[in-house]
Amino acid sequence: MSTALSAADLMKGRAQRQREVVAALAEILPRAAILSRHEDTAPFECDALTAYRTSPMVVVLPDTEAQVAALLKICHKMEVPVVARGAGTGLSGGATPHQAGVVLSLAKFNKMIIDPVACTATVQCGVRNLAISEAAAPYGLYYAPDPSSQIACTIGGNVAENSGGVHCLKYGLTLHNVLRVRGFMVDGEGVEFGSQALDAPGLDLLSIVIGSEGMLAVTTEVTVKLIPKPLLARCIMASFRDIESAGAAVASVIAHGIIPAGLEMMDKAMTAAVDAFVHADYDLEAAAILLCESDGTPEEVEEEIGRMEAVLTAAGASRIEVSRDEAQRLKFWSGRKNAFPASGGISPDYMCMDSTIPRKRLAEMLRAIQQMEVKYNLRCVNVFHAGDGNLHPLILFDAEDAAEMRRCELFGADILETSVRLGGTVTGEHGVGVEKLNSMCVQFSETERAQFMGVKRAFDPLELLNPGKVIPTLHRCAEYGKMHVHRGMLPFPELPRF
Amino acid sequence: MDAQDPALARLIDQVSIAREQRAPLDICGGGTKRFYGESPAGAPLDMTPLSGITCYEPTELVVTARAGTPLRDLEAALEEHGQCLPFEPPRFAPGGTVGGMVAAGLSGPARASVGSVRDHVLGLVLLNGRGEILTFGGQVTKNVAGYDVSRLMVGALGILGVICEVSLKVLPTSVATETLRFEWDEARAREALSRWAAQPLPINATAWYAGQLRVRLSGARAAVAAACERLGGERLEASEADAWWSSVRDQSAEFFSVGEANLARGEALWRLSVPPVTAEIKFAGEQFIEWGGAQRWWRTTAQPAAVREAAARAGGHATLIKGADRSFGVFAPLSTVLMRTHQALKQAFDPARIFNPGRLYQGL
Repeated sequence: MSTALSAADLMKGRAQRQREVVAALAEILPRAAILSRHEDTAPFECDALTAYRTSPMVVVLPDTEAQVAALLKICHKMEVPVVARGAGTGLSGGATPHQAGVVLSLAKFNKMIIDPVACTATVQCGVRNLAISEAAAPYGLYYAPDPSSQIACTIGGNVAENSGGVHCLKYGLTLHNVLRVRGFMVDGEGVEFGSQALDAPGLDLLSIVIGSEGMLAVTTEVTVKLIPKPLLARCIMASFRDIESAGAAVASVIAHGIIPAGLEMMDKAMTAAVDAFVHADYDLEAAAILLCESDGTPEEVEEEIGRMEAVLTAAGASRIEVSRDEAQRLKFWSGRKNAFPASGGISPDYMCMDSTIPRKRLAEMLRAIQQMEVKYNLRCVNVFHAGDGNLHPLILFDAEDAAEMRRCELFGADILETSVRLGGTVTGEHGVGVEKLNSMCVQFSETERAQFMGVKRAFDPLELLNPGKVIPTLHRCAEYGKMHVHRGMLPFPELPRF
Repeated sequence: MDAQDPALARLIDQVSIAREQRAPLDICGGGTKRFYGESPAGAPLDMTPLSGITCYEPTELVVTARAGTPLRDLEAALEEHGQCLPFEPPRFAPGGTVGGMVAAGLSGPARASVGSVRDHVLGLVLLNGRGEILTFGGQVTKNVAGYDVSRLMVGALGILGVICEVSLKVLPTSVATETLRFEWDEARAREALSRWAAQPLPINATAWYAGQLRVRLSGARAAVAAACERLGGERLEASEADAWWSSVRDQSAEFFSVGEANLARGEALWRLSVPPVTAEIKFAGEQFIEWGGAQRWWRTTAQPAAVREAAARAGGHATLIKGADRSFGVFAPLSTVLMRTHQALKQAFDPARIFNPGRLYQGL
């Protein structure tokens, strides 16, 4: 009885609060830039981690920095949480709304200026990653970080997540390619991190803002480095009869002083799934294949491809094929780039993991995953950014089957904990968001998490920017710790858990 | 890191005592960079006993070393496996440590092409002002779990905590290297540098001084050979070139030595960090340009305000490296909002304000 009453009160309270916030925002934003009806806010309920949904109280779509400053001031004064959002392609729920908060959609910030002399681009946060390279192409320049969602994801989101891509082994992550971030502190005060030069005075706040998942400041404009487009790229597809030798080949390439432009690995189950989806000319008999790319001047590529072939052959490759031309190179990559949708084609649902481990532990990790497939009675297909040890095992399951869903979650947690044990990290490039809050309890101690919170409060004392992400509460970790003791054999398995 | 380790345990004790007594600590490594930043203050906290490479696997391209490890030892270990610290940290004098390299955050001639110290830090172990041992980042190149606290420590001059151990990304030493010399004035040199920056050339470092531009190429043999053909200029002997670049890297070249007599005459050494395409910046004195135009050193008697203003107008900032009059501050002043954030971060890491007080800015 009392519960029902308080729930109704809550609803009423929320409606009242919503009216107040909308009224305050209407003073500084055009009416069309404020969404509060459920049917209008529904598209903002989740990002690409669709399993987590929250209905936001209000969504705003400003189109000037002055509006952003003004709305942040209002939200700060009214103590309303603010969740900034780009294209919503994030895989860890970093843009999951707050039920009593405002979603700040920055999609309208889409202007950019290319400076071909300085080799920089100054772009508003809503510009798509690939659009930068397209605009820079006439000058022979491009923006190097290429997350697989690059046709849709925005530079603001890339800054929030410190996005990588298949070429980051050689060209670095977002952090290595951004010079300056301009935006606003939680109270609406304008701020700039970094500069147009190669460094800035004082503490390197740019480093901590990049990858902070929208929890420290709101980004509105970014200056990125552009680099000369390599004249040529060629890709080797190498087959291996067993996973161990493929893993050893990856280490061997690096040991020989070669930094490939890209070094990717797929296991047999994955190449089979991919081949059914797009025909990429993969060796379907191989236990694992490697894609190893060289780019640069034609002389450089010829020399490096020769060295790569020699190393891969010595490492026991059973077949080596070098792309003849650009069409074949793109064909090799088409398979890798379609790994996720291809997995969607062979299973109702899949869960993508994103841990990183030291390269030398790749084979060991793959063996462990094979044993987990038996333990949890689920299939798993594997793609790796092998060059930098970043794994994307895709666990196949059916979300309609509650027991299967639960086994899948345990499987995923097992992979992450194994990665930490092998000297790695729970997220290489997708971010923590809400998805990996529990895993943060495993990777970081209580004092380390408290220090993260100290950093958060130094920027945002009231914890209004994207609250509840990245740093798990003590209580949450305590609860997770209790379950953790009985890993795989939860007490009272019939009880639902959240 | 094991808190039971005697060297680490001793540091934790010293920090705990300093915190209780609110007595400032001056974190010391090899003492090679004490001239850099505002004046050190406090009781010395000797980092050199916390020494040794704890993990190095060449195939992982990662090395982990304790903060007091001599930089020379680290570089020797890497060289044995054909690897290096590509950002060429300046050594100034023998005895510098890994922790000092990270805390100072200075990078050498190759910085513009390969990135800075900060770009190569993968993780570190920090002793904060509460005496807690914290690990951030890790030993893998891709890691976005939690805020990137380890990179925040790079260049922080120790004001947030004691760096105890660092993991760094290392790279194979280039297969081929050549240095070209051009007899060009500043304008012509800057024009060429700007043009080359937009082309796929294996340029690893550049330096212009006294009417000569030197360009170091490095990479695959064929690529370096082709670039030599294309760019022209005079090719330097390897030994001569190596000695030259070392003298730039370590600032042992004549240009960088500003002696007592010069200081007394009001001369100062400034580092201007500006966008590389910035037009000519002119003061009375001598200039040395690196990083494709992005780092401009000036030996000048110009007023500090004038130097700061010129750098700021270009979109950069100026640091006083050597100078008698430090009343204008060694580092360019911060905006109010950035200074407020600096103070809040200091409070979050070092609430008792014991670490290197005032070394970066007054009041931090």
